Amino acid sequence: MPFNLLVAACLLYVIALFAVAFVVESRARVGRLGWLRSPLVYTLSLSIYCTAWTFYGAVGYAARSGLEFLTIYFGPTLVFVGWWWLLRKLVRIGRQYRVTSIADLISSRYGKSNTLGVIVTVIAVVAATPYIALQLQSVVLAFGVFASATPEGVTAPDASQTAFWVAVGLALFTILFGTRNLDVKEQHHGIVTAIAVEAVVKLVALVAVGCFVVWGIAGGLSDIFARIDAADLTAWQVQPGRWTGLILLSAAAVITLPRMFQVMVVETNDEGHLARASWAFPLYLMVISLFILPIAVVGLEHLPAGSNPDMFVLTLPLAEGQGALAMLAFLGGFSSATSMVIVESIALATMISNHVVIPIWLRLHRSDAEREDLRAVVLNARRLAIAAVLALGYGYYKVSGGSAALAAIGLIAFLGVAQVLPALIGGLFWRGATRTGAILGLGTGFVLWAYCSFLPSFGPGAVLSGAIFNDGLFGLSWLRPQALFGTESMDPLIHALFWSMTLNTFAFCLGSLLTFPGPVERLQGAAFVNVFQGGVGPQRWAQGEAEPEALLSMAQRILGEEAALALFEKAAREQGKEGFLPDPTPGFLDAVEARLSGAVGAATAHAMISQLVGRATVSVEDLMAVASESAQIMEYSARLEAREAELTRTAGALREANEKLLQLSLQKDAFLSQISHELRTPMTSIRAFSEILTEGALPSEQVTRYGRIIHDEAKRLTRLLDDLLDLSVLENGTVQLNLALTSLHEMLETALTAARQTRPERSFAMVRDLPAETIFLKTDADRLTQVFINLISNARKYCDADAPEIRIAVRQRGARVTVDFIDNGRGIPKEAQSLIFEKFARLSDANRAGGAGLGLAICREIMANLGGSVAYLPGQGGAAFRVTVPLRLDQLAA
Amino acid sequence: MRRPARPLFLARAPYRLRRLRDAARLLPILGFLLLLLPLLWAGGDQSTLTSGEVLYYFGVWGVLILCAAAFAPGLKGGEAGEEEDD
Repeated sequence: MPFNLLVAACLLYVIALFAVAFVVESRARVGRLGWLRSPLVYTLSLSIYCTAWTFYGAVGYAARSGLEFLTIYFGPTLVFVGWWWLLRKLVRIGRQYRVTSIADLISSRYGKSNTLGVIVTVIAVVAATPYIALQLQSVVLAFGVFASATPEGVTAPDASQTAFWVAVGLALFTILFGTRNLDVKEQHHGIVTAIAVEAVVKLVALVAVGCFVVWGIAGGLSDIFARIDAADLTAWQVQPGRWTGLILLSAAAVITLPRMFQVMVVETNDEGHLARASWAFPLYLMVISLFILPIAVVGLEHLPAGSNPDMFVLTLPLAEGQGALAMLAFLGGFSSATSMVIVESIALATMISNHVVIPIWLRLHRSDAEREDLRAVVLNARRLAIAAVLALGYGYYKVSGGSAALAAIGLIAFLGVAQVLPALIGGLFWRGATRTGAILGLGTGFVLWAYCSFLPSFGPGAVLSGAIFNDGLFGLSWLRPQALFGTESMDPLIHALFWSMTLNTFAFCLGSLLTFPGPVERLQGAAFVNVFQGGVGPQRWAQGEAEPEALLSMAQRILGEEAALALFEKAAREQGKEGFLPDPTPGFLDAVEARLSGAVGAATAHAMISQLVGRATVSVEDLMAVASESAQIMEYSARLEAREAELTRTAGALREANEKLLQLSLQKDAFLSQISHELRTPMTSIRAFSEILTEGALPSEQVTRYGRIIHDEAKRLTRLLDDLLDLSVLENGTVQLNLALTSLHEMLETALTAARQTRPERSFAMVRDLPAETIFLKTDADRLTQVFINLISNARKYCDADAPEIRIAVRQRGARVTVDFIDNGRGIPKEAQSLIFEKFARLSDANRAGGAGLGLAICREIMANLGGSVAYLPGQGGAAFRVTVPLRLDQLAA
Repeated sequence: MRRPARPLFLARAPYRLRRLRDAARLLPILGFLLLLLPLLWAGGDQSTLTSGEVLYYFGVWGVLILCAAAFAPGLKGGEAGEEEDD
């Protein structure tokens, strides 16, 4: 295939990407993104995880080590399938605090420390350099394949020259679309959409080659399986250590790779997209790896020994004379490489400009240029940074000679960025993680990674001398870069993974445990860890010291005149003010800081505002004030709650008392009419008969009869009045008790005999327990007997059973004796039970048997005077009363 | 600075949602174990790759994806009362 055609195809492809990015950018500007912000685009943009390393390298990896290449995809699969653990929180924090990069996240979490931002930036840049070199190398190799396959005319292009022009082209593209504007929140819709298109291209290309290999060269799936089984390569044995380690490593890398962070966290607005991507992205990974093993197996069989397995994707179709397919595959590889380089360099450039260039610039230009537009500085810094990153990648490519296998370089880069993981996870889930801990951990991890993995990757004698390799640093054998502490037989990568991550985490935890975080750090820690609970603001500025005008001019320098004015005007209107200068309230300062940090990162924004506010940070006192404020509010509300419960209780008791009072008042009324009636009846007959007697001239027997009637009626009146008097004496507690030892049995006998006069026509069956009744009580026998008589008479009066029966049960309980009187009648309705002991209470529908309703009231008073009680026993099958008397009543207690 | 205590018991729908979240949390752990499982049986003297292993890994992969796809719609509408708890 003519080489020029290849170059032309590349150019056309790039122009098409340009067009896509351009169209989307212009639509984004008018706010019409529509489906371009869909989960599909989000998922596809995540596929920058699959770089040229995946596209070419995975086949080579499979050809060399069998299934091990799958680990690189298992890690991300587990992370995404488990998005509820980590990614959800990451995305929420990224959205809420306008995080611009992973360095920004770390620096922001640990008290907006720029030191940490710089450290993470350095790690990311150093780790990305070999990775970018890898992409350049893959494109160069691909060009080389085509050049060598086309003997007619073209000479093989000079490899480094190709790499150079590819790097320049990519830098131009990235600068054009990645630094067009300084966005609030670093978002690049055009680029993201272009990346999504590239994701489709590489997937289609790889699947096309795969289908060709499976059904074109081999004889279908079963044949492929047969070939896999037949391939006899001992190297394909899975090594447990590497297998496990690589799954974990790739899981760590997918979270911490700057470009993954860029598309996953920075470029998204919608957490719902993550839910979709949680399965769609693993699906993409699975589809893209489906055909890698078949291509590797068939390539090993079909192509001459010694051909580079990394290029099987190209060389297989070429060897079979499928020029068009090879071209497609080439474009797929090209797009994997370009998309990775573009996003990675944008992410790195953001970090470099926000954490390195701008802080330095601000320090250098502190005094002058108050009104200078910083946006140009930021953008130019980014452009330079992009060029620098690509230059570094190119430099690495030149130095390393592009000889190492793709997969090895990729894994080294993974391990480099994975060093950020402990600080990241700790920062998200552990409030105790401190800045010092993070610095220590990151530093330890970075140094170990460089010493054990990165520097040795140049080969013995390049950076680290052969002596260091063999004898260790300073001749200390336990410091050999690939056998730290004497761990000699480990796989070099797993060795580096184990030691760097272990000591990194250890240093991080130890540093965090031993140091005390500053106030901003603690605020940020609480805000990040509890992001789902809300409540903790990210920052509380002190009121008032900033000049609104100075704030405005500073915001203009970064956001641009229009955006800054709009922000200030909106805030002023919310405060109810006219014009563009709102009061510098803490809330407003927070809002300005949040907007600024979307452009230049949290640390820089914080530093700029604190310059104006004149106070570097919140103080510990402020923190405690915040804490005690909320504690006070909670305490106050708890107290309110308690008081409310108490009020409710009191209201309930009052309502009950009121009801009782009402009922009592009704009863009293009823009693008055009753007592009038009771008094009037005898009075009437007394008056009538005495009148007759006064008239005289009556036979003597009639006089005698009338006299007896008058006498009886007068007795009734006296009895009634006696009862009333008795009651009032008992109630006043002035009653005189005659205490003596008396047999309970005797008292009951007396009572039964006396009560027989009540309705003597009815015969009651008595159920008694005579042995139990032989108890001697020290009490007022007459009074107690009076109570018994009353209860038994009541039973005789009101028991409505056909075969009436009264049961008397006596029990001794410690120093008290209970006597139960239980009949087998209908009992007393529940609603009346609480009233029967009240004075004048009478059940309206019971047998009218005379009496003024004073009997039970008198009983109650007597029992109170005797130091006992009488109560209604519910649930005994009839009316039941329990009399409780003390065995020995002291005179004093009475 | 916690908000008032969350309810101790939940109605049926929120209860199911909580358990769905639990399942989503457990899924990657299960996946990791399943992906490590062949190390146990391949730890012996087997030196070459068999198609059975390939099928196993892709099978596990597919199951993980299906489970995640089944969980995703339910988890998406993370309602207001978010939680780190149960």
